Amino acid sequence: MNSKIGYLIAIALLLTAPLVIYPVFLMKLLCFALFASAFNLILGYGGLLSFGHAAFFGGAAYVTGHALKVWGLPTELGILTGTAAAGILGLLIGMIAIRRQGIYFAMITLAMAQMVYFLFISAPFTGGENGLQGVPRGTALGIVDLQNDMNMYYFVLVIFGLAYFLISRTVNSPFGQVLSAIRDNEARATSLGYDVDKYKLLAFVLSSTLAGLAGSTKTVVFQLASLTDAHWHMSGEVVLMTLLGGLGTIVGPSVGAGIIIALQNYLASGPLAAWVPVVLGLIFVACVLAFRRGVVGELREFLKKSF
Amino acid sequence: MKLLKSLAASASALAMLASAASAEISGGVVKIGVLTDLSATYSDIAGEGAAVAAQMAVDEFGGKVAGAPIEIVVADHQNKADIAANKAREWGDTEGVDAFAELVTTSVAMAVFEVAKQQNKLALVSGAASSPLTNDACIPTGLHWTYNTRALAVGTGSAIVKEGGDSWYFLTADYAFGEALQNDVSKVVEAAGGKVVGAAKHPFPASDFSSFILQAQASGAKIIGLANAGADTVNAIKAAHEFGVVAAGQKIAGLLVFLPNVKSIGQEVAQGLQMTVSFYWDMDDETRAWSQKFYEKTGKMPTGVQAGTYSSVLHYLKAIEATGSDDTDTVLAKMREMPVQDMFAKNGVLRTDGRMVHDMYLAEVKAPSESTGEWDILKILRTIPGEEAFGPLSESTCPTK
Amino acid sequence: MLTDLLGFPPQVLFGQLLLGLINGAFYAVLSLGLAVIFGLLNIVNFAHGALYMLGAFATLGLTKWLGIGYWGALIFAPIIVGIFGIVLERLLLRRLAGVDHLYGLLLTFGLALVIEGTFVKLFGSSGMPYSAPAELSGGVNLGFMFLPWYRGWVVVAALIACGATWFLFEKTKIGAYLRAGTENPRLLQAFGVNVPLLTTLAYGYGVALAAFAGVLAAPITQVNPLMGSNLIIVVFAVVVIGGMGSIMGAVVTGLAMGVIEGLTKVFWPEASSTVIFVVMAIVLVLRPAGLFGKTA
Repeated sequence: MNSKIGYLIAIALLLTAPLVIYPVFLMKLLCFALFASAFNLILGYGGLLSFGHAAFFGGAAYVTGHALKVWGLPTELGILTGTAAAGILGLLIGMIAIRRQGIYFAMITLAMAQMVYFLFISAPFTGGENGLQGVPRGTALGIVDLQNDMNMYYFVLVIFGLAYFLISRTVNSPFGQVLSAIRDNEARATSLGYDVDKYKLLAFVLSSTLAGLAGSTKTVVFQLASLTDAHWHMSGEVVLMTLLGGLGTIVGPSVGAGIIIALQNYLASGPLAAWVPVVLGLIFVACVLAFRRGVVGELREFLKKSF
Repeated sequence: MKLLKSLAASASALAMLASAASAEISGGVVKIGVLTDLSATYSDIAGEGAAVAAQMAVDEFGGKVAGAPIEIVVADHQNKADIAANKAREWGDTEGVDAFAELVTTSVAMAVFEVAKQQNKLALVSGAASSPLTNDACIPTGLHWTYNTRALAVGTGSAIVKEGGDSWYFLTADYAFGEALQNDVSKVVEAAGGKVVGAAKHPFPASDFSSFILQAQASGAKIIGLANAGADTVNAIKAAHEFGVVAAGQKIAGLLVFLPNVKSIGQEVAQGLQMTVSFYWDMDDETRAWSQKFYEKTGKMPTGVQAGTYSSVLHYLKAIEATGSDDTDTVLAKMREMPVQDMFAKNGVLRTDGRMVHDMYLAEVKAPSESTGEWDILKILRTIPGEEAFGPLSESTCPTK
Repeated sequence: MLTDLLGFPPQVLFGQLLLGLINGAFYAVLSLGLAVIFGLLNIVNFAHGALYMLGAFATLGLTKWLGIGYWGALIFAPIIVGIFGIVLERLLLRRLAGVDHLYGLLLTFGLALVIEGTFVKLFGSSGMPYSAPAELSGGVNLGFMFLPWYRGWVVVAALIACGATWFLFEKTKIGAYLRAGTENPRLLQAFGVNVPLLTTLAYGYGVALAAFAGVLAAPITQVNPLMGSNLIIVVFAVVVIGGMGSIMGAVVTGLAMGVIEGLTKVFWPEASSTVIFVVMAIVLVLRPAGLFGKTA
């Protein structure tokens, strides 16, 4: 009941926000909220720390950019192409990475993503260091002009809403339950007859696909795809967003993404501009040491205790 | 009584005049957004120094132009195109920024070009080097101020061929900028009768150049051309020195080298290195005076990128002063009409493809024994006339020229 | 003649092999440090690259402010950075005992950002020169290549460091404790050994190894705040390939990967930055535990 009211308030806020807040900033926020939520599927619910999600985010960004700019596909189709590409990449990397667990999994995904990053640097279709510039936003359904920031915002909001719905349904589905069971005790899940690797791989592919959706959408919003999207710092950032917001909570990653994006934007124009990486690092350290449950997790714990 | 009345009348007339003047200035303030790299690879070349340089141009106007205050806003783009595009868009949309300045790295400049084109605002590029910025990738309001890869090629490349360096092997940073630089230099070398025997692409950034140096060594070319920048150039030169390349008779040509890079390499190693520069602090009284002021603020002598940022902002402000307006098209027309005249450029011409044509200089790194001070690093060998460095307008492939 | 057959001059091949070996020496020392830390703390030290960078900066600082030259720095820089590591372990890492090991990775990732970011802010990012000691300047013409003395010294020094580590772990009493601590820290504690102290020392030692590599690297690459940031990921791949089980494993894999990378530079230069990752993928498919790993 409570959460329903919360959602209604959130929807109302999201619908009216662009009237008050700069829409491009809001779109960036939504894209990263989606990215972090997708990432949370594998870390929060699957218990696997992927340090290579930038490969999917950035890979999809490039494919979408190429599809829209060079092939001239309609916007929706371009986004879907990029998303699908991320899914395929997720399958390839996932098949290799799930052979190891824990820390090894993190290092393998990191290394594989770094390899993808180097491929992007030298592949001709990415534009290397220059990135893909001037990607057309096009129209939604062939009628709504997305060059208009307001139209674009609602388009992104619809994508975010659908993906968010999909994620929360997945988490609460039997599949999500099994995934959590594997996270909590892999041996037991195996002995109960679940094909653990298959579940993990499926979760990884789903997570990478949705991370790709976030990357594709971001390309359309900003009309460019660049190496930043695929660099390992991006993988680290999404870990931070998820951790800060709250691992394994539905809204946590979005909250974390909101805080980090707002902070980056705020810092970039202030006197602390040159200290952005340091500030992010300090937040990382603080999160790991002091509040591992994240903002939402701690809040929930606090509410539990007080009522 | 009568006196009082007339006084009041003239006062209000004055007030009206003032408001009329600033009515032409959008938002009543001229706002310049300096987008630069404050924290990463190019923060020494551009960075805070570029922001200081822009502020120095503003200070020369006493902080006011055409009756309106001038404001500089600075942001760090960390060499990331998306951060730059986002910031530029936000500045234009919500903060009434009239022009974007500095914009180091090609990817950043191109991203801001997209925004500038949509918002019809000026982009005063100083740090990015690729010549496509005023060719295929040009926009009507994008101005390329300090240098470009073609000018670097003409300066360093032809000078070296003239001295007998007629076979080249390139170590090229494996991205668009490196390729642009290699292409431009190859053209110059071949036109002068030299030949390019090969090239090795190296990852960007690369920390160890020893293996690429070996390949260059095996090629037998007289000249090893470094089509890269910043730390890559520094590392390559050090590796070449270490592996006895220079001692064995091959020469190194650094194609984009800045003062801080020379300091990194160390003068002992870098001595004799020829480089094309857009600016050197110790050229005449004007440059020395300005650079001294800059030094007092930053503790470093300015790079060409920083001096170029000053020049572009200054010229922009002069055009606003002359027209009394900050309307993009009006100001741009005036900027093209007026010669660029300051300590950075003498009689510079702003062309319709966005290229600011001014003299470039071929310089050589002094031997430590020749230096009289910490910053006494270069000697100017030759002035390269602007037309020669940047080529004629007819050569430009900019579609809107 | 041979050139026509191979498509490139033989000196390129031998030269690249030798250079690969030198790069491999860095991989070996760094992955060895990671393995030592992992053994006792079960933490993958993401800050390893940043600490390697600190080693190079310490070298620079010692020379600039204290007038201590390269040879002194070779000893003092690892000690200084090692002490810094011990402080980090005591103040921060210690608090993660009993928590999922992944948090150790995340914490050290955060530390790497803080350390590197601070140094970029303080020293800029274009790097500073550091010259090889006069005793090691110049080089020798081996016929197939010109070998700078300093490069040769790097391989020797790295092997000495690896050998010393091996001796420490396999032949001394502390080493026996350390190995026992890796296997079963609780039992060791029950025998009256101060395991927390041992853990701290192990971290300090691993960090000192990283700093030692940093000192060795200072004259080769310029001293740059971001010098360790991409290197560390390659070293992670090396560690995955070798498995973090043994000292020999880390050393052999490190050297081998350097050589493979060197060969790739001859045959297909564009792939040289990805080849180690490809090897990692292949190893994972064929032998998930790594070449020298005990269990998956």
